[in-house]
Amino acid sequence: MYTAIVFLPLAGFLIAGLFGRQLGARPSEIVTTTFLMIAALLSWVAFFQVGVGQAPMSAPVLANWISSGTMKIDWALRIDTLTVVMMVVINTVSALVHLYSIGYMHEDPHRPRFFAYLSLFTFAMLMLVTADNLVQMFFGWEGVGLASYLLIGFWYERPSANAAAIKAFVVNRVGDFGFALGIFMLFALTGSVSLDHIFAAAPGLAEKTVHVFGMDVNAMTTICLLLFMGAMGKSAQFLLHTWLPDAMEGPTPVSALIHAATMVTAGVFMVARLSPLFETSPAALNVVMFFGATTAFFAATVGLVQNDIKRVIAYSTCSQLGYMFVACGAGAYNLAIFHLFTHAFFKALLFLGAGSVIHAMHHEQDMRRMGGLAKHIPITFWMMTIGTVALTGFPLTAGFFSKDAIIEAAFVAQRPSALYAFFLVVIAAGLTSFYSWRLVFMTFFGKEKWAEAGHDAHGHDAHANHAQYDDAHAHAAHGHAAHDDHGHGHHKLEPHESPNVMLIPLYVLALGALFAGLLFKDYFIGDQMAAFWKQALYFAKTNKVLEDMHHVPHFVAMVATYMMLIGLIVAIWFYIFSPQTPRRLAESQRPLYLFLLNKWYFDELYNLIFVRPAFWLGRLFWKGGDGRIIDGLGPNGISARVDDIAGRVVKLQTGYIYHYAFAMLVGLAAIITWYMLGGVR
Amino acid sequence: MFGFGILSGLIFLPLVGAAFILSLRGESEAVLRNTRWAALLTTVATFLLSLYAWSLFDTSSAAFQLVEQKAWLGSGIIYKLGVDGMSMPFVLLTTFLMPICILASWESITTRVKEYMIAFLVLETLMIGVFCALDLVLFYLFFEGGLIPMFLIIGVWGGKNRIYASFKFFLYTLLGSLLMLLAIMAMYGVAGTTDIEVLLKTTFSSTMQKWLWLAFFASFAVKMPMWPVHTWLPDAHVEAPTAGSVILAGILLKMGGYGFIRFSLPMFPEASAYFAPLVWTLSVIAIIYTSLVAMVQEDMKKLIAYSSVAHMGFVTMGLFAMNPQGVQGAIFQMISHGLVSGALFLCVGVVYDRLHTREISAYGGLVKNMPMYAVVFMLFTMANVGLPGTSGFVGEFLTLAGAFRSNTWVALFATSGVILSAAYALFLYRRVIFGVLEKPALMKMPDLNARELTCLVPLFVLTIYYGVRPGPILDACAPAVDLLIKNYQTALAAAKTAAVALH
Repeated sequence: MYTAIVFLPLAGFLIAGLFGRQLGARPSEIVTTTFLMIAALLSWVAFFQVGVGQAPMSAPVLANWISSGTMKIDWALRIDTLTVVMMVVINTVSALVHLYSIGYMHEDPHRPRFFAYLSLFTFAMLMLVTADNLVQMFFGWEGVGLASYLLIGFWYERPSANAAAIKAFVVNRVGDFGFALGIFMLFALTGSVSLDHIFAAAPGLAEKTVHVFGMDVNAMTTICLLLFMGAMGKSAQFLLHTWLPDAMEGPTPVSALIHAATMVTAGVFMVARLSPLFETSPAALNVVMFFGATTAFFAATVGLVQNDIKRVIAYSTCSQLGYMFVACGAGAYNLAIFHLFTHAFFKALLFLGAGSVIHAMHHEQDMRRMGGLAKHIPITFWMMTIGTVALTGFPLTAGFFSKDAIIEAAFVAQRPSALYAFFLVVIAAGLTSFYSWRLVFMTFFGKEKWAEAGHDAHGHDAHANHAQYDDAHAHAAHGHAAHDDHGHGHHKLEPHESPNVMLIPLYVLALGALFAGLLFKDYFIGDQMAAFWKQALYFAKTNKVLEDMHHVPHFVAMVATYMMLIGLIVAIWFYIFSPQTPRRLAESQRPLYLFLLNKWYFDELYNLIFVRPAFWLGRLFWKGGDGRIIDGLGPNGISARVDDIAGRVVKLQTGYIYHYAFAMLVGLAAIITWYMLGGVR
Repeated sequence: MFGFGILSGLIFLPLVGAAFILSLRGESEAVLRNTRWAALLTTVATFLLSLYAWSLFDTSSAAFQLVEQKAWLGSGIIYKLGVDGMSMPFVLLTTFLMPICILASWESITTRVKEYMIAFLVLETLMIGVFCALDLVLFYLFFEGGLIPMFLIIGVWGGKNRIYASFKFFLYTLLGSLLMLLAIMAMYGVAGTTDIEVLLKTTFSSTMQKWLWLAFFASFAVKMPMWPVHTWLPDAHVEAPTAGSVILAGILLKMGGYGFIRFSLPMFPEASAYFAPLVWTLSVIAIIYTSLVAMVQEDMKKLIAYSSVAHMGFVTMGLFAMNPQGVQGAIFQMISHGLVSGALFLCVGVVYDRLHTREISAYGGLVKNMPMYAVVFMLFTMANVGLPGTSGFVGEFLTLAGAFRSNTWVALFATSGVILSAAYALFLYRRVIFGVLEKPALMKMPDLNARELTCLVPLFVLTIYYGVRPGPILDACAPAVDLLIKNYQTALAAAKTAAVALH
């Protein structure tokens, strides 16, 4: 059964990828979607057997992969509670996204390719979560990176999509650089990369000091930090986050599947999977917590002012991933996975809902050109509202259970950065509420700005009141010409509700967003948790965070709800009652506004300190190093001298080939002579 | 076979084909067709014969197998052939790539077809000879002789700047090979024989080892090529015809690495340990420096050539890490690079045949009318980047893991190559394949034809197969590598005790 879960998507990929053109679009869609549906159903069966039930953990070996010296790497499927939870998330969301895409992509001529990529992604992600050793995890890790690259650049004619695809791959590679070094170091110290083996060896290395990169450092802390660097790249954490917002160039279903529900959570999964390693190093966990909290706060601040509907949700994802890392850093891995689980439902719902809005608006993504859509697309509106309610942590919805628990965990965690993390995630909770409701209000309430402007007049002039900010808007601007590639002509825009094939996935996800928290809280973080997780997660004896969480002061338990309400009220005030306020605020605080709008200037900074110097160095090495120095002093210089001499002395009427043959002959003669002399002696 | 062993058969079979082509007269279309088919059938037959040799090969043994020996130049210098786990994969790689090269030249070569095919067949003989020779003089003959056909291929059928390129090729390799010749004579002086099996058991004094090591290094480093003697490679690649580039990148570059494994490491262990930091430094510089240079290239072939230098950096780094992961990874990396870079040059050849330019800026948006080409090119780009699941990953991963065990700094810097390789390879792919198809000349370009698919599909399949199941290659060389490392460590330990005893 587990083999079927993992390899059905691969089969779908191969069928749609190899024969998609012969089969046609519709059969490709049906095959891949059906396979994914089956895989999703089987995943739920596995979830109830292994997680809720008592089926034992297993790791059947499929085949050997790499054997070299003591290094033995197998293809294997490790099935335990953590794996089946991830399987459920991946396959459920993936199946729904497949279904949704049948509607969303119905105008695209390259649908077989699209569905093949989606299935390929799902396969790689499943290989990642079933890995029984770090190298198979790395296989899945880079495999999802490839699928992400292909899907971000799916509309290959757009320069911005191509740039975003490369950026995503390369920035992820920066993280993988650390991940790979972590694997090498583990292998150097333990002689193995298989999980059971390194878990057993980890406690012995906890106090060990090793000499790497010219420093004497604690072995486990260094390993964990290197591995965490990989997690930072994949999960778009602060400093390596820059690719995620740009990844929104991909089709919206891709954003829902890869850049919200599954791939970006791989980093969180990795830290949870490697909890036996991370538990040995409080110092590394402290760093994890610090970066998680910083990301949660940073991304939320940027999300406040973005105008592209997908970018707001992207920054929200980034921020929520930060929450998950705060939970990991606190040592509450089950909490992190619980938030991952609930987040998958409501964030996929929000993205697919946004897709439905974009579909209704004929590929318009700028929220300033929306407004008043609630009565035109009521179902989408209600679905988005459910997603927002769950994201902001409204009592009894999914986000309420997981996010509030993370804030409590941050409060009681025994880490130097715990207080810092606590404050930042509390503030971020308020910001989350504000930007999420801002999105809903700008999109569904207020004036119907698209009606005034007319769809064909996509220009900026229709929005004079905002035009003054457009110069700062490199990203908002490219959306219009590029996203309108379906050629809707000059008819008047009439927002339309999406077809059922797109709405059904929304219903399913909405159910999850509303009830996943309530239904599964006992298993993930409540009374049943020991029986549920079994040996899948590891908690050191000194790790008391899960017990202490139940004894937090009353205000800590309630603070997230208060922040949510404050955010909601401010959003209502800003975008319903007093629409002039946000603009006045932006004008009076213009430097701050621009700072946020430009995402703290990270892209500009990286461009300045990494990208341009790299090209500059490349040119310097090429023209200067290779050209002037090596060739200049070497062959070209010598040939110039040779020419001088040859010209003066004698003109051998030969090509170089004869020189060479001559040299060979001389050599042979010399060696035979030598041999003869030796033979005589 | 006529008193000769199967390896002699492998070496001389291409010459039989060459002799047949030589006997053809005239320049008519029929003759040219016969020439092409004769060359193709010869190389295919050689490949099948090598598969037969492979079936006779015992992968669990570290010893030389299929050995054959004939007296040649009296005592000491002998005609001796044999393969072990470290050379057998290269023999197979050579015979496997040759039919593909012949096919790749099927239509693009229209002048002096007979001479071209003869040059390739002779080249095959010499290349197989390099990997089978168990006598140093014989090795030297094959090793240096292989340059002549290559030199002709570039010089006669090359591009505009071919004279400069072949001259550069000549100057670099000449210097290295003369020094190697001196070293061979010196070794003969000590051991009284050039039998490699005997030389492997001979211990040279520490000082002599260093000199010999440097002399061999001069030759192998140029061949690899290692920084800073790599500048001949981009020029040679750019000027060479497609099939010439495939052989250059696929096989000729591997001779340097093979030389390190066969001679430098086992025969001069002390010197290898002594010079390892030098090799590491050059390797790391090669990886970072040439990756950066690759990023700013405007010529497709030059870009891939520079990326080859970077990949060979991983090989030398792994070899001198001297642990199973490093050495096996290096061997695997060489085989994998033979497949992948060969395929990449074929990919460049495909569009070059259609448009007759290698300028990256002349292309763009090819995915629109060449979807199959886009898929194939994507896979090889990803293999070049070292994506897990392709053969490119296994070698890179193992060499880095091996290097980390020897020196963490080396691994740290070399691993940064994975970032840079992603940057230059994807940047190339984007500029050629993606974007809007708007250049008129490109719109008419047809997708891969049957002949091109026949060339590329085997490489495509093997790249994935070896990425998922690298066992056949790794297991084949494992016993030989283990023996190599064991002897190496014994020799170092012995040298240490000797040094202690002296004091």
